[in-house]
Amino acid sequence: MSKTVRLKKGLDIKLLGEADQVTVTAKMPTMVALKPSDFHGLVPKVVLKEGEKVKRGEVVFYDKYNKDVKFVSPVTGTISEILRGEKRRILEIRILVAATDEAIQLNPVDPSSISREEVKSTMLANGLWPFVKQRPLDKIADPSVTPKSIFISAFDSSPLAPDYDFILHGQDQFFQHGLNALAKLTDGKVNITLNGKGSPDECFKNAKNVEINKIVGKHPAGNVGTQIHHFDPIDKGEFVFTLNPQDVVTIGKFFAEGQFDASRIVALTGSEVEESARKYYKTIIGARVDSIIDSSLTNNNVRVVSGNALTGEAIGQEGFLGFYDAHITVLPEGDDYKFFLTEGWLAPGFDKYSSHRLYPTWLMPNKKQRLDTNLNGEVRGFVVTGEMEKVLPFDILPMQLIKAIMVNDIDAMEQLGIYEIAPEDFALCEYVCTSKIAIQEKIREGLDVIEEECM
Amino acid sequence: MKALKKIIQNLDPKFEKGGKWEKMYPLYETLSTFLFTPKHVTKRGAHIRDGVDLKRTMFMVVLAMIPALLFGIYNTGHWHYELQSYLNPEQYGAYSDYLTGFGDKVLYGVLQVLPLVIVSYGVGLAIEFIFGFVRGHGLHEGFLVSGMLIPLIMPADVPLWMVGVATAFAVVIGKEVFGGTGMNIVNIALTARAFLFFAYPTAMSGDKVWKSGTTDVIAENGGTLPDGASGATALGDIASFVGDSPVVAGETLSASASSAELLQKFEGAYDPLHAIIGMIPGSVGETSMIAIGLGALLLLYTGVASWRIILSFFAGGFVFGLLMNLMGANAYMDMPAYYHLIIGGFAFGAVFMATDPVTASQTQYGKLWYGFLGGGLAVLIRVLNPAYPEGVMLAILFMNIMAPLIDHYVVQANISRRKKRFKTA
Repeated sequence: MSKTVRLKKGLDIKLLGEADQVTVTAKMPTMVALKPSDFHGLVPKVVLKEGEKVKRGEVVFYDKYNKDVKFVSPVTGTISEILRGEKRRILEIRILVAATDEAIQLNPVDPSSISREEVKSTMLANGLWPFVKQRPLDKIADPSVTPKSIFISAFDSSPLAPDYDFILHGQDQFFQHGLNALAKLTDGKVNITLNGKGSPDECFKNAKNVEINKIVGKHPAGNVGTQIHHFDPIDKGEFVFTLNPQDVVTIGKFFAEGQFDASRIVALTGSEVEESARKYYKTIIGARVDSIIDSSLTNNNVRVVSGNALTGEAIGQEGFLGFYDAHITVLPEGDDYKFFLTEGWLAPGFDKYSSHRLYPTWLMPNKKQRLDTNLNGEVRGFVVTGEMEKVLPFDILPMQLIKAIMVNDIDAMEQLGIYEIAPEDFALCEYVCTSKIAIQEKIREGLDVIEEECM
Repeated sequence: MKALKKIIQNLDPKFEKGGKWEKMYPLYETLSTFLFTPKHVTKRGAHIRDGVDLKRTMFMVVLAMIPALLFGIYNTGHWHYELQSYLNPEQYGAYSDYLTGFGDKVLYGVLQVLPLVIVSYGVGLAIEFIFGFVRGHGLHEGFLVSGMLIPLIMPADVPLWMVGVATAFAVVIGKEVFGGTGMNIVNIALTARAFLFFAYPTAMSGDKVWKSGTTDVIAENGGTLPDGASGATALGDIASFVGDSPVVAGETLSASASSAELLQKFEGAYDPLHAIIGMIPGSVGETSMIAIGLGALLLLYTGVASWRIILSFFAGGFVFGLLMNLMGANAYMDMPAYYHLIIGGFAFGAVFMATDPVTASQTQYGKLWYGFLGGGLAVLIRVLNPAYPEGVMLAILFMNIMAPLIDHYVVQANISRRKKRFKTA
């Protein structure tokens, strides 16, 4: 039975710089990178050495604590550098892209005709498993558990989000193939949640072997966490797997064609990108973003974010696209002083977006804002109450949960709903916080404690 | 402006850790962040942040108190000259009219009230700075509000040293021992008032403190107030109805008078319209419903104060007032319920004190209970314990203590509701 949920809470932050619905093929990047930091808690064990050649689809590293989970190269090339940080932690594995592409070729197989174990081992061995994330903890799924259901959000509601209806248009066949593979992984259902406001693409509407629900509301309506909470909440001891729709296509394509196709469509957005360059680009996972951005930035004091403005990672102009990201946001860097009467805390503030009514901009909710990365204030203790509740469409008390995390009260964290949430679900709470507390970081700390003590 | 920006830019490193003037960082940070929002940028997590910060939020509360402060200044001046009009009818006779002698009244009010504000801010900020230096951080904005609240809930005649001592007590014992802004359990300004109320009751209650200069007038007049003058407030008079010698505006009535007779006298002396406008004696900022209402509108419009608390506080007061009417055991209980809301510090407490987000309930449902019980309790204390004619202060302090308990039940309800989802599924 299809259900529709209407959310009253949430917040759409309207930023300047949406991508036009045009797809162009980006230049082939000269270099790509796999970043273990894209996968929370992963300790990589690299199989190849610097200077060795690698084919597309060949294993580059695996998870030290879960040896079955392999990560493969998105391109054919040479391992040029293994970049290490503090304590020799691996930050990036850079691969110089070769001129000729050569992929590891396997026999295509119809996932519906094989067993769960076969689907799983195929996905694990060929670098498809990392696309599958799990709740609780919001990290790569544990292959030894059977989830009670799988959730795929058919839309992204974050600021300047890419439009999956546009990206997936025409990929019906591969998408369905991927769904069939995923259906094997669970005893429950594969859930697709559609945006109740728009008109979803055929590939979502006509998907078979799945349960389709609708959700209507502001961000974070498009977050899988919100959708799981409303359609199939997670109790302690239960697992739900989640995937991005584009990654389902990648999985489907592998089963249909027998090779790892790392191509993906990425939206280049943000106020600091020249208008003519704000488009969708066909590129590959881990691509160095200068191949997409090229020379389309309006100025140099910018922050390039892989992902959206609320949860993405700052990667710099020559950084690499995140493993899960279909989105690049370029924001103005806010590293300048703001005089209190003209731009600061006592200014009229027509250029400051605020969900609070302390700035007049709440009167113009549809005006697209050019927001910079300034913290807009100093970090303080919790003072204001009731602000986070307005943007969190969960039956969860945000302030109480965060305080439970701060004091490391595991019982309270469990009771207040930590199994249901991911840092991204609290991104808006962080955005609105008057005291500028790093809430997503706190949530992650709480999840780490739970992983250590209770899982 | 650019020059100033440049100076700050050059000074910043000198006050940072390892810099030349590292030790003065708290003072420097306070001043520089007042002038300029610092260039701090987000690191991880949300790259963009809401424009609001605690400085703006707190400033809005201070702004909301300005009407009450201005009105309080005038009102202080008026009641001073009203007493003078009895003492010196030739010179000041006309001043018993509310609007006559405007300039004189403003001047007197400013001279009387401004020192209170200065002492409160001076002492409080000095202590906050000391703690800031110890902890290595600049001034947190919480005291900007407390420092304005304290003079507004004092009688204008309270000695300045008392204000200083009370402020020091409130900031140290009420707040800093718990860790500073955001960590306190009870409202700072009310802590200051409660301290004075119990330590120096003669300066904070009775019928000689509400009109500025009452004691001087009594001294000049040979030990009593001039005929016809009175120093009492509506709250003090109505409280006397419970005892053996009911008094209204200085006139002692017969103890055997019926409730209806007493109340008729009372309502004659204290016109509700005067109470709403604020033309009644009382603490500096608490008298005018209109001035407080302007502040309340600003706080509600900007969303800084919780409408749940304000609304439920008034509702609680009114409902408990009606309950008292039903009981009707004495003249005080028979007082029309709406009077409770317009006399004394009820409205001021509801708008500026109960809504303090740090000490109020923090859950949305909790706020409704917190406000309702706070308003109700204020009326209960007023009516059932006339030794404390003003129940609002004690009611809010008590509810500050109870707020975590209220939140506890709201949180437990959330937990069991969340558990239930899995049982039925």
